[in-house]
Amino acid sequence: MTDKSHDPNQMTGAAMIVRALIDHGVEHLFGYPGGAVLPIYDEIFQQSEVEHILVRHEQGAGHAAEGYARSTGKPGVVLVTSGPGATNMVTPLTDALMDSIPLVCITGQVPTHLIGNDAFQECDTVGITRPCTKHNWLVRSVDDLAKVLHEAFYVATTGRPGPVVVDVPKDVQFATGTYHPPNKSDVHVSYTPRVKGDENQIRKAVAMLAHAKRPVIYTGGGVINSGPEASTLLRKLVEATGFPITSTLMGLGAYPASGPNWLGMLGMHGTYEANMAMHDCDVMLCVGARFDDRITGRTDAFSPGSKKIHIDIDPSSINKNIRVDIPIIGDAGNVLGDLLHMFTAEARKPDIKPWWQQIAQWRARNSLSYRKNNDIILPQYAIQRLFELTRGKDTYITTEVGQHQMWAAQFYGFEEPHRWMTSGGLGTMGYGLPAAVGVQVAHPDSLVIDIAGDASVQMTIQEMSTAVQYELPIKIFILNNQYMGMVRQWQQLLHGNRLSHSYTEALPDFVKLAEAYGCVGLQALKPADLDGAIKEMISIKRPVLFDCRVAALENCFPMIPSGKAHNEMLLPEEATDAATASAFAGGKALV
Amino acid sequence: MNQPASAYFLEERHDPNETHTLSVLVQNEPGVLARVIGLFSGRGYNIDSLTVSETESQKHLSRITIVTTGTPMVIQQIKHQLDRMIPVYRVVDMTLTGQALERELAMVKVRGTGDNRVEALRLADAFRARVIDATTESFVFEITGNSSKINQFIDLMRPLGLVEVSRTGVAAITRGPEGM
Repeated sequence: MTDKSHDPNQMTGAAMIVRALIDHGVEHLFGYPGGAVLPIYDEIFQQSEVEHILVRHEQGAGHAAEGYARSTGKPGVVLVTSGPGATNMVTPLTDALMDSIPLVCITGQVPTHLIGNDAFQECDTVGITRPCTKHNWLVRSVDDLAKVLHEAFYVATTGRPGPVVVDVPKDVQFATGTYHPPNKSDVHVSYTPRVKGDENQIRKAVAMLAHAKRPVIYTGGGVINSGPEASTLLRKLVEATGFPITSTLMGLGAYPASGPNWLGMLGMHGTYEANMAMHDCDVMLCVGARFDDRITGRTDAFSPGSKKIHIDIDPSSINKNIRVDIPIIGDAGNVLGDLLHMFTAEARKPDIKPWWQQIAQWRARNSLSYRKNNDIILPQYAIQRLFELTRGKDTYITTEVGQHQMWAAQFYGFEEPHRWMTSGGLGTMGYGLPAAVGVQVAHPDSLVIDIAGDASVQMTIQEMSTAVQYELPIKIFILNNQYMGMVRQWQQLLHGNRLSHSYTEALPDFVKLAEAYGCVGLQALKPADLDGAIKEMISIKRPVLFDCRVAALENCFPMIPSGKAHNEMLLPEEATDAATASAFAGGKALV
Repeated sequence: MNQPASAYFLEERHDPNETHTLSVLVQNEPGVLARVIGLFSGRGYNIDSLTVSETESQKHLSRITIVTTGTPMVIQQIKHQLDRMIPVYRVVDMTLTGQALERELAMVKVRGTGDNRVEALRLADAFRARVIDATTESFVFEITGNSSKINQFIDLMRPLGLVEVSRTGVAAITRGPEGM
């Protein structure tokens, strides 16, 4: 028998987990302890390379890790216990899968001999999380653990990024085995994501772009996920071609909002010019977006006269909702590099002056306009002031889900990628506060603001306690209209203004609540108070909960009504009762 | 376009459905079949037939044969969705190769006496079905072929005293020297 006691790679499963985190460059992990992960927590206690952030609910850990990942480009790491710990992670895992966010979630599991016996805090974690992860593993032997952990990081961060779960039974955490550092053979040979685009397809795309009369570039979260280089290349491509550019909710910041070719966001609550350009274009270049139903409106009336080029790393995104003419499978940054190189070498900027003139007419409709009010704070105005007063600062914005999210997307101008964290695909209320915690952990000296709604924020409000514990000076800017605003808007427009359970009758006093948690509570009631209060919020180096009382019944416009096409948008100045009624004709009840 | 009040765009799609046979080569590891089946149920795809078994035990490879129905866009989606699963090596659309062999095995139990019994035996012979169990009042036939041949045989057995059928589902392979 050989003496293995001096082999530094001999260690327990729990030690392997911490060692693997260190080997993958993990500096922070978000988690919550429990019976089935105690050996891992014991290892965490005895080292100082990985800092653990204790949240107040596992869902908070998941969203914090998402915010961390989205703002850094690194994977977010989560550690939770078995049973309820794992089931509480289902929402953030699904959220991360929908928005392609790299997460590595380690869950404890009951000992292997108890699996299947309905043991205390047992659940079928791999079964439950199979449809909401990119891949998951149950590790039944300590000999497989190192390999699985390395593969987990590789799968989460390569190809189309996504969440993974590694479920580790408690006896595997206690067992001793041999650790090995990451190497290539750790990964399934069947997993080979394609990064480089097909040259012939790119050549065809360049020829199509060079002859475009009414082109539009439509980008999404894939450009952000690809890394900062992709955004730089995108900006160069826009400059080289002179084409107008729009983006999905997830893609904001890849091209600067102050850029001359920027049309604003597209889709259901996108700008008139962006949606009209999409509808009337003759060549559409889609980069890292997936023709989601919030973007396309009626698919049979979506951009009917255009040829479509689609760059995506995931072949299953091609022709899923919309048939495209030139698919290019590959990483957004890699393909944009090749495309730009070929375009500048072989093609010339096409003359699209008439198209820009047309766009100027659409822009002149000023689809984001709203009437001014000196007595009540309008939510659009609040976001505009927040934007103006934080302009030029090192700012990161997260949001919850609803009207405030759409107003933030419309009125806050993003100049850089990785600055905008929002739940796009899943639409998870309660995402923004814990996401802000995660962003602030990654960027301790930056200004991190969660633009929130009064309803959403209460879903994960306990994470304020996390912010206080770790001295994370996040700012929670609540547009408080006392309603679930987007639900109320739909009820008004489509359900006869019967406001079924969308009014929150017993809101907490947010200022007192903030103080109870040890945060600072601020409030603004009138437009005249707003600037001063926002400046005060920014100057406070502690977590702040800002209760911004806004107009209760404001609707989010412009809007593409259900079953309508891009060129049938409802604009704010047209949103009279009669026009709204006719736009929603066919709905079972009208405003 | 009239539609009830909804946050979603409700559309009817009118593309005709097609039936395709897919061969999927996967790593034989715990949960791999659950992943494949979960994909179909989770995304609302049809499974008309599913056959799975380990085919290369040293390499731990299993081959799953799936017969599915959908519009051409849905069939393409199914193939892409399968292909992006981590333990999936290859997905081949046997229907598109145009010359794949498809076979199914069925065991058919028929109960009867007298003329019906003689007729069942005579038809089984015509279909090249083998008798693999017999009593004085029953037969179990084993029949191999493509699905339509088996369907036809079962239909013929029905009036002759069909008791029950067990089918394997479709297995498929391409003609010629090349493997998948």
